[in-house]
Amino acid sequence: MSEIRFISGDEAFAQGVRLAKPQVISAYPITPQTIVVERLADMVEDGSLNSEFVHVESEHSAMMTAMGASAMGARVFTATSSQGLLYMAECLTYVSGGRFPIVMMNANRATALPWSIYGDHRDSLSQLDSGWIQIYVEDAQESLDMALEAYRLAESENVRLPVMINLDGFILTHTYEAVEIPSEEDVRDFLKPRETWDKLDFDNPVSMAFTVGPELNEEFNLLHHKAALAAIDELDRIDKEYAELTGRSYGGSVNGYLTEDADYILITLGSISGLVRDTVDELRAEGIKAGVVKIRMIRPFPTDELLKHLENVIAVGTLERDISFGYEGTVYTNVNSALHKGRNFADSYDFIGGIGGRDISKEIIRECFEAMINKETDRLVRFVGLEVEDDVR
Amino acid sequence: MIKPSLEPRPVIRKLSEIPQGGSSKAGFLVDKNSGWRNRTPRVDVDKCVGCLQCYMYCPDGVIRKNVIEIDGKTVTKVDIDYDFCKGCGICEKMCQIGAISMEEKSE
Amino acid sequence: MSDRINARNISDSEFFYGHKACAGCGGSLAVRIALKVLGERTLLVEPAGCMSAVSFNYPQMSFANNAIISAFAGTAAVMTGLKVGAEAMGLKDYHVLGIAGDGGTADIGIQALSGLIDRNDDAIYICYDNEAYMNTGIQKSGLTPFGATTTTTPAGSRVKGNLRPKKNLFEIVAAHGIPYAATASVGYIEDFANKVKRASEVKGTSFIHVLAPCPTGWGVDTSETVDIAREIVDTGLWYLAEYYDGEFHLNMKPKALEGVSHYIKRQKRFKHLSDEDINTIIRERDKTWERIAKFGN
Repeated sequence: MSEIRFISGDEAFAQGVRLAKPQVISAYPITPQTIVVERLADMVEDGSLNSEFVHVESEHSAMMTAMGASAMGARVFTATSSQGLLYMAECLTYVSGGRFPIVMMNANRATALPWSIYGDHRDSLSQLDSGWIQIYVEDAQESLDMALEAYRLAESENVRLPVMINLDGFILTHTYEAVEIPSEEDVRDFLKPRETWDKLDFDNPVSMAFTVGPELNEEFNLLHHKAALAAIDELDRIDKEYAELTGRSYGGSVNGYLTEDADYILITLGSISGLVRDTVDELRAEGIKAGVVKIRMIRPFPTDELLKHLENVIAVGTLERDISFGYEGTVYTNVNSALHKGRNFADSYDFIGGIGGRDISKEIIRECFEAMINKETDRLVRFVGLEVEDDVR
Repeated sequence: MIKPSLEPRPVIRKLSEIPQGGSSKAGFLVDKNSGWRNRTPRVDVDKCVGCLQCYMYCPDGVIRKNVIEIDGKTVTKVDIDYDFCKGCGICEKMCQIGAISMEEKSE
Repeated sequence: MSDRINARNISDSEFFYGHKACAGCGGSLAVRIALKVLGERTLLVEPAGCMSAVSFNYPQMSFANNAIISAFAGTAAVMTGLKVGAEAMGLKDYHVLGIAGDGGTADIGIQALSGLIDRNDDAIYICYDNEAYMNTGIQKSGLTPFGATTTTTPAGSRVKGNLRPKKNLFEIVAAHGIPYAATASVGYIEDFANKVKRASEVKGTSFIHVLAPCPTGWGVDTSETVDIAREIVDTGLWYLAEYYDGEFHLNMKPKALEGVSHYIKRQKRFKHLSDEDINTIIRERDKTWERIAKFGN
């Protein structure tokens, strides 16, 4: 039987990890991820989680330890944030290229400088090319549920890739909500212990993490790419199965809200999505056909799934907590590429906001829709929610 | 005894024939190293007393212990796997009785 | 204590074979012997570096046992991962071995090594020291000795190669209170083999720092690797010692610390050094011996 508890996003994620029963946890503390590993340490201590908790001396070692344990066939968990993610960055490509199905929670936080412990998405979005599957969640319940779904996805035979689940720092990691926690019994059949042929094995010795020369290197990378693409349909299947079990479905790789007849759609990532839906409800009441598409999985990029929601729009805006300095937000770049592939020539705007923990208010969201409605195409890329006049050339 | 072995190089024509995971068979050799050699060690089996110093110090492990019967007695000799000997010459230096000499050419 | 390993009783199996290391490579000798001692149930970690570059080229895999490459800085962390992973999978009777070079250990990998020893995970870390980053073409590492020319400490009219002494890695490791640490040289291979065996019998982390000449980087003939690895011990420029139960033990005291000049002059990397420079090296050696003379025997 499930139970309802009032817990934070970090704690909800830890509850999901407990139910996934990783045999090894290796992690290094960093705000605002810390609570996850503290809770998991508590669970190991009180016996509710039978895992080996490894105290590593850096994020680099957290990921390398995770890789070693995964190479033995164990189920492994780690978590990080911001500079920690960047510090382990070289290990991310080892883990993905070596096809180690590790699950990591990343508490999204701004990257220095300027120094900030508060949230934006520049940490994880800078690692889009790391070969990991990247998923962004919206609330504490989804955090718990995705911890479980992430292991199913990572370990599925046609994917076998690491999965990074992103929670907005503080806004989600530290905010308390009522969360339904399934019992171990409830999820036993949904997520079985990890079984793999692809491991170090005394009966069948192997070499792992090897070199491939130019004669086949591209082909190995193509296989990795195909495995990543397979995650789109796989997540859909897993999501449906989870819905049958718990009644909760998140819509696979993208989640649309009032998109069918929408003229103006705002694309979101993560925790801001709820407020955008509320704003859309208000705009609808005012007669404006607004909608929202929440991108849940940005790698692999769900091109077709996204385009289905954008077929009849006049304009689409990407509201994102990212800036690739000297160009535009990275989510926008990805969205535009999808639009072009779909020969969809709707006006496409980039609304960059919520950087370094800046709050994104309903007013700012309305401002985004107004720009689309007013056809302000002379400023397709803009920062929103600035507190001062922008007078620097 | 366990040792990597020479195998035919896999012929890969399709993506599905590449390893589909992160592991590849251990101890799997497709290339010899004999082409590297510009000096070749020769063992004088009659002189060899089986002290095995050449065997211990060979960085490539290409010197093999050879336990054989001579005149009803069991003796230890060595021989060399020329497929993988690189001709470094350490064995000649290690042999205190001069049973190994380096031929100044590869065969 | 069990029998000492020697040429007669060491395993016939070759776990590191057909690799592409340079002829006369001291590092590959250390790897080969360590695996012969530890056997087939060894889980091996090699960081990016010479030993992985020469042995993991798909489809050619030169290790007969299970082996994995780590990120350059991650040898010790992957060792921990293998250990906890193997425990989680319920495996018994196996060794976890990491072998990294001098740069991979004393420079970029020292943080992870410190973490491994701090956790006291049951694993064996071997640093094969060829005194520079050889895989990338002979650049200075933290274990490059004073006076050596490398491609990043080129000897010229103004600067005489590397101006800094080797880091004292053995004592840095020992300062963690590690259960077992040792120094060795591929010139005394039985001593090394037996230290590997002893390390495998220790519970907790053990560490061996083995000097392993690189003919290419040192500028000696490929046949001289073992010879010069002995000479460095005999001249007292390197020493064979152990640390256990919180105490240092010197294994071998050369009869007379002689022949430094011969040792230096036979190597291209020291060719530019003057007699005065060699005297500096001798003075530094004597200081080291004053300190390690306090080790027990």
